[in-house]
Amino acid sequence: MADVAVVDSEVADATVVQRTPRQIAWMRFRRNKVGVISACVALFFIFGAYLAPIITRILGLSNTKTYPETLNGFAMPVGGAGGMSLSHPLGVEPGAGRDLLALLLYGSRISFSVAIITSVASIGLGMLIGITTGYFRGKVDAIVGRFSDFLLSFPSTFMIIALALPLTQRVEALHIAQDNGARIVVLVVFFVFFGWPGFARLVRSQAFSMRERDFVMAAQALGASSWRIITKELLPNLWPTAIVFLSISLPGYLAAEAVFSFLGVGVQAPASTFGLVLSDAVTYWRDDPAYLIIPSAYLIIIVLSLNLLGDAIRDALDPKNSPS
Amino acid sequence: MTEPILKLEGLTKYFDTTAGGIFSRKKGTVKAVDGIDLEIMPGQTVGLVGESGCGKTTVGRTVLKLYEPTSGKIVFEGRDITNLSRHDMKPLRAQMQMIFQDPFASLNPRQTVGSLIGATFDIQGITPPGGVKVEVERLMERVGLNPEHVNRYPHEFSGGQRQRIGVARAIALKPKLIVADEPVSALDVSIQAQVVNLLDDLQNEFGMSYLFVAHDLSVVQHISDRVIVMYLGKIMEDADKHDLFSSPRHPYTKALLSAVPVPDPIKGRQRERIILQGDLPSPMNPPSGCVFNTRCWKVQEKCRTDVPALIQIAPNHRLACHFPEPA
Repeated sequence: MADVAVVDSEVADATVVQRTPRQIAWMRFRRNKVGVISACVALFFIFGAYLAPIITRILGLSNTKTYPETLNGFAMPVGGAGGMSLSHPLGVEPGAGRDLLALLLYGSRISFSVAIITSVASIGLGMLIGITTGYFRGKVDAIVGRFSDFLLSFPSTFMIIALALPLTQRVEALHIAQDNGARIVVLVVFFVFFGWPGFARLVRSQAFSMRERDFVMAAQALGASSWRIITKELLPNLWPTAIVFLSISLPGYLAAEAVFSFLGVGVQAPASTFGLVLSDAVTYWRDDPAYLIIPSAYLIIIVLSLNLLGDAIRDALDPKNSPS
Repeated sequence: MTEPILKLEGLTKYFDTTAGGIFSRKKGTVKAVDGIDLEIMPGQTVGLVGESGCGKTTVGRTVLKLYEPTSGKIVFEGRDITNLSRHDMKPLRAQMQMIFQDPFASLNPRQTVGSLIGATFDIQGITPPGGVKVEVERLMERVGLNPEHVNRYPHEFSGGQRQRIGVARAIALKPKLIVADEPVSALDVSIQAQVVNLLDDLQNEFGMSYLFVAHDLSVVQHISDRVIVMYLGKIMEDADKHDLFSSPRHPYTKALLSAVPVPDPIKGRQRERIILQGDLPSPMNPPSGCVFNTRCWKVQEKCRTDVPALIQIAPNHRLACHFPEPA
């Protein structure tokens, strides 16, 4: 009898349990297998990037040390698959003979930092500008809109290549940062400067249409301030857009950073980023294809997992998705 | 005689239509509301009817100062609120609320029912006795919703339930005036009756006044004490419900009433049906004289030149027509 009573009370408790929106989103996310796996993969690589010094120490490796004993007389790695061995899990770099895993870990740290700072800054700036111009409209909207059109139509790649060197020198002269640090600052500032209009335009159009919706008028009828309407009524409806955009732009900037250092504009050797490793690998691709394939695969896995993670978060946050 | 809760004197709302971006220029003026005088007594329900585009929604929104009136006066409880700033208006917003037409657009899809209703207290800075949470659940129960659904999102409710959420939000602060902007026209007929009856019950309980904007005459007949007929931004006729429905004096009112479906097919076939020709003229370029002259079957030369004044023809009966129907 006692057992039955306990079971009954449990059932009763279960039916009245109330979940907050956050808990519901988290529950939905956990059910999405692709999302959970890509989250694990993305976290694995992010931790790998930021714990690079610890991991390399545990493995007894270094990103600056060379391992001449792994190279043959032609400065090519000894053994198959780019010189993979127990002591060098991803093989070694031809030529200098540095450990590839250590290079990629340290390299992804720079790439991740650039991508995260750039994405968050350009989305934050775009959100701010887009939501205010979309909600308040008027002359400011028209002027900001034309300015963002100008930026969007500007050949930004050439401008970055042309101005990177003088601006880096200026940053160094101002003692903001030195060397590769200065190059990263310049790159981030350029990316943000050319990055916000795309998102601002998207947010503006959404804020523009939402401000005419009845729920905004309902808030106005209650006497809500513009600040409250923007933060409480409009912003929650724009988060999914921001997350999707983040999931696109984060790997996008990761790749862009690789492209620019590949082209010789961004971070320079002896530091290592995806771009530097890949541009180096291109010269060896006939003799040591593993050296090209492994960093490419590493980059592709990160980009793909971040994209899939962004999709999963968006689905989890959308209350219109099937409840359950 | 008690003081009216709301009084409009010559209220107008014009919208400028513009073209171009930075160097925009004025293209024309839409006279959405063109000189409305009306009074609403405490506890009274005034139905505002007219076809689409006649400006009845604009009247409702201008009354709540969601639109700035172009000219005229809005007097709420004896106080002129026409030129009050947004800041000065805020405390008064607790006294006047709105129920919206589309229950799918009037509720923020990203807020739970609890935060939608609770926001009213938050914005006005009022803490109800017993706390916001208790009050929200009490309100949900009052409008016929399950208080356990407080954490649900609007899309998890049916249209009728959503409109009940809108009603709960509007009555949360116990306002004295509620502008109901076609509150049932987006709902199924069976649900319409429930929501109309809910509004009726709430009025008996709290004694607020309604400005009930609608185009469905049978709903208006059910809920209103007085009915105002609008056409192209102007009042055509304003009368006690029984007077208006039994003996309409304005040709437009008569035409409107003749369009109401009659449940009895034999009676339906017998009655006279007035079909108006043409469309509603553009409010950007309204006809001269009586605005209804382009579609009126009794039109005379005078109607095209002289604007008929809205005059008192009987106690509680105002009319704007040169050639009214016989009583």
